[in-house]
Amino acid sequence: MTPPPAPATLSPLFADWFARRGWSPRRHQLEMIAAAEAGSHALLVAPTGGGKTLAGFLPSLVELAERGPRPAFGPGSGVHTLYLSPLKALTTDVERNLMTPIREIGLNIHVESRTGDTKQSKKARQREFPPDILLTTPEQLALFCAWDGARDYFADLKCVVLDEVHAIWSGKRGDLLSLGLGRLQQFAPAMRRVALSATVDDPEMIAGWLKPGLDDSVTIVRGDPSAPPVVDVLVSEGKVPWAGHTGQHAIPEVYEALKRSGMTLIFVNTRWQAEFVFQSLWAINEDDLPIALHHGSLAAEQRRKVEAAMARGDLRAVVCTSTLDLGIDWGDVDLVIQLAAPKGASRLVQRIGRANHRLDEPSRALMVPASRFEMLECQAAREAVAENAFDWEPVHTGTLDTLAQHVMGCACSEPFALDDLYTEITGCGPYRGLTYEAFEEVVDLVATGGYALRTYERFARIVRTQDGKWKVRNAQTAQRHRMNVGTIVAAATLNVRIASRRGGASKQLIGGRKVGEAEENYFEQMSPGDTFVFAGQVWAFQGINGMDALVTHAQDRDPKIPSWGGSKFPMSTSLASRVRAMIQDRDHWRVLPPDVQEWLELQEARSVIPDAETLLVETFPRGSRHFLVAYPFEGGLAHATLCMLLTRRLDRLGVGPLGFVCTDYSLAIWSIKPLIDKNGDGLDLGALFEPDMLGDDLESWLAESFMMKRTFRNCALISGLIEKRQPGNEKTGRQVTFSTDLIYDVLRRHQPDHLLLKTARADAAAGLLDVARLGQLLERIRGQIKHVPLERPSPFCVPVLVQIGRERVGGGQAAEMILDASAYGFDEETLIAEVMADAPPELAGAE
Amino acid sequence: MNAALRQALSPARCPSGGLRVHIEGEPCVLRCSGALWVLNHRTLIAADLHLEKGSAFAARGQMLPPYDSRATLDRLEAEIEALQPAAVVLLGDSFHDAASVGRMAADDKARLDRLAAGREWIWLEGNHDIAALAGAMDDLVGEVVETMSFGSLRLIHEPQPGVQPGEIAGHLHPAARVAAHGRGVRRPCFVTDGRRAVLPAFGAFTGGLDVRDPAIAGLFAEPPMVAALGRDRVHALAWEMLR
Repeated sequence: MTPPPAPATLSPLFADWFARRGWSPRRHQLEMIAAAEAGSHALLVAPTGGGKTLAGFLPSLVELAERGPRPAFGPGSGVHTLYLSPLKALTTDVERNLMTPIREIGLNIHVESRTGDTKQSKKARQREFPPDILLTTPEQLALFCAWDGARDYFADLKCVVLDEVHAIWSGKRGDLLSLGLGRLQQFAPAMRRVALSATVDDPEMIAGWLKPGLDDSVTIVRGDPSAPPVVDVLVSEGKVPWAGHTGQHAIPEVYEALKRSGMTLIFVNTRWQAEFVFQSLWAINEDDLPIALHHGSLAAEQRRKVEAAMARGDLRAVVCTSTLDLGIDWGDVDLVIQLAAPKGASRLVQRIGRANHRLDEPSRALMVPASRFEMLECQAAREAVAENAFDWEPVHTGTLDTLAQHVMGCACSEPFALDDLYTEITGCGPYRGLTYEAFEEVVDLVATGGYALRTYERFARIVRTQDGKWKVRNAQTAQRHRMNVGTIVAAATLNVRIASRRGGASKQLIGGRKVGEAEENYFEQMSPGDTFVFAGQVWAFQGINGMDALVTHAQDRDPKIPSWGGSKFPMSTSLASRVRAMIQDRDHWRVLPPDVQEWLELQEARSVIPDAETLLVETFPRGSRHFLVAYPFEGGLAHATLCMLLTRRLDRLGVGPLGFVCTDYSLAIWSIKPLIDKNGDGLDLGALFEPDMLGDDLESWLAESFMMKRTFRNCALISGLIEKRQPGNEKTGRQVTFSTDLIYDVLRRHQPDHLLLKTARADAAAGLLDVARLGQLLERIRGQIKHVPLERPSPFCVPVLVQIGRERVGGGQAAEMILDASAYGFDEETLIAEVMADAPPELAGAE
Repeated sequence: MNAALRQALSPARCPSGGLRVHIEGEPCVLRCSGALWVLNHRTLIAADLHLEKGSAFAARGQMLPPYDSRATLDRLEAEIEALQPAAVVLLGDSFHDAASVGRMAADDKARLDRLAAGREWIWLEGNHDIAALAGAMDDLVGEVVETMSFGSLRLIHEPQPGVQPGEIAGHLHPAARVAAHGRGVRRPCFVTDGRRAVLPAFGAFTGGLDVRDPAIAGLFAEPPMVAALGRDRVHALAWEMLR
């Protein structure tokens, strides 16, 4: 890594403008200009509000100012700077910010933006008359790479600016972006890469991803750190609930905090929580404060309205999810409330960074834990923030389905030689470890689907030319690819539309105004008439018509369908280890609220306080069932995987496991027979938790699971094997014309080593199941399991047991357990009463 | 299941996991594979195989795995092995399109011939494969017919409107969905009221139409029995449970 060069001095033209605005150029802005003058690639790491975006653009503005008027054709007539950002909203906002210096200084620079929503005519004009600066998204870059004539169009490119790179670099979008950069570098070897990032644990990792090749280097420029935020934790009426994850109990106090502040952002973790909190606040909004809602499922129109109102200062509060996480400049936010545990210190810091864009003053934040374990997590996060300790990212290897999409794009643009493309790709960060064999497999996948049965040669999508290069079969095939490009697929979503009845004999329902989008599987459990909350209102589901879920306004205010999903993000590993350490350190308990301390003490009296390196496993009977509760603190995803595997093992041992539930902190499995008897005879816990469960057991469960099929579907779509959209069919019908589940089953039986199966498996292991994290857990606790047999539930296990009464339970006999649960009372009150019975008087306050 | 339905069908569980019912008095087994076994005539009936659907899509640029014919024939062969039928009737749309027979891998073609040896082998004309069958008269073993009848049953590819006692048809690819605990399960299924029946699609890559769609539901005056294909059982579902 090269050290930052000495900061440059600003030319008079720009220095004057700064002065007129009453600003002085910041050190990091000058260092970025110096890096540009030295021709270096650069990574700027700075907190929000530090003039980051301007720092990214300044060098290009300076260069363009020096260039003078643009030549009509020839060298210098193409796009000078390409700006990429992950969110559509960002480009509109940045255009505004960029136009200010250009206009006020009087620069002759042509700026345009382009997203999927841009009108065809505008797009065509941009191709004909390239702007100096083009603001666009990574998905559009993937499309550019597939353009016929892309090489000519980008031959002049001097600079690419990647904004919010920390949010995109690690994952499939980052893979596709990296490959796209590699392509651009091919077209314009002198192109400089500039990336802008929020503060992260290890900027070197991003620098490594960014650089064009193994032997290149990136200058890392650091912005000044912001004043440490003031983070408080709200303890509602001095009490923290035993269990839950909504923060419902604290809504009145949250409302009081809103009243005292100018504008507040209330962050929650899921869209459901956002809807729920929004409703709850309005239910007590006596002062009629303007409170808005913002999340990813709302219609774009709705989101724009909220964003504009924020910028104007018309709102007092916005309830939002991570869609508002990225560094948009939305006006003066005084307070950030994090409702329910933040799941990671980095996310918390980035969210806190939203409050108060003046770097020298500390941002204010308030955390509201929803339960006692969350209280511990909040406290740990608060300490992590104070120590500037961020979460680290695991190393990510480039995915092959993404590579397949890119290879197809390259073939659509111009013929390529296999060796040349391999060299180009292996320069890209995530693909440096790609073997030639793997690359050939990918090319074969693109050409004919990668099948051992070679019956598709005559249908190949890419073909060899006379001089041995590969190119796309014909214009039609290229057109189909371009229609589907850049699709990094999330769960299949339906448009939520207000229904109206078409007249005439058919009386068919059709969809009208769009309210937003929601996952397909949410509606799968509904019948016409069922009510649910969405976009701040209560709707009645009427049916599904193609890609639309039709709804009508509902009269009654009580939605019947519990809204979807639990927390999407598990607690980060760094936060988890902090929590484990905090629990075993009795001195540390003093910073916690009294009822939480007493809860910990009661746990110590009744059972045991786990130490950081041991896995505590409690067993007890209840009703006619036997329970095993463990506390790994490794996050919901890893726990769910662990439960599935444990249940299989217990099944084989004849214990008759019925079901399981889990949270980010603990898991519970119940069965017909006792898991371990009072004498400690019976099951060997060490054997039960052996790491070898990640071998055959995991493989066979994984192969069957519906999660795996979903993942496979994504890989099939991303790789281009299956097309989401076909010419003429863009607006009609469900996304994919046939079930990828059928393909998955057939492929598994007839070609189990197919590239997409391997890719899907790797995805599932990493993403949905957190296998790596689970593996680390199992290694860590080997020989360190503490078993505590009990007569009744411990204080610690209440949160996870409460889940049985509330949420979906996993396991084969789920229906049975639900019936059981109603019989034996898994509601919070009953459980707490049981636990607190005969508590020593000094600990009775724990309730 | 209401009494009238139960009376007409008189369903019973088979050791194989299938469901034995009566259709117009004729004892039949609804097999887990999606095929229908007519006991007294030792006849196996399978509908909508759509062989070479994978390659049909490949020809149009979407590279579905080329193993669908093989997978479908695997299942057909397993049924033939298990039941040793005297006659096999493919109830139409056995081939996905006109050029399917030509696209079949040699192995799969040979297997078809082998399976047909020593028994009656009947191809009923469907809508997708009329051309395929016409063109392959010399290439394929077996007889091509438009409809056929035996016992109290009348076999035809596409179900006819109105009351049709004894009709056994395919064409509609019936599928049923049930949901619980925030998740749904969708499976191909038989639909029958003891008087007529619609068979699920047998082919490996075939999709399904919801049984509540008027095209299927409209064939029955009263809600019929829906028998969904599980892994090793055929599940009789109540009409009200469908989502």
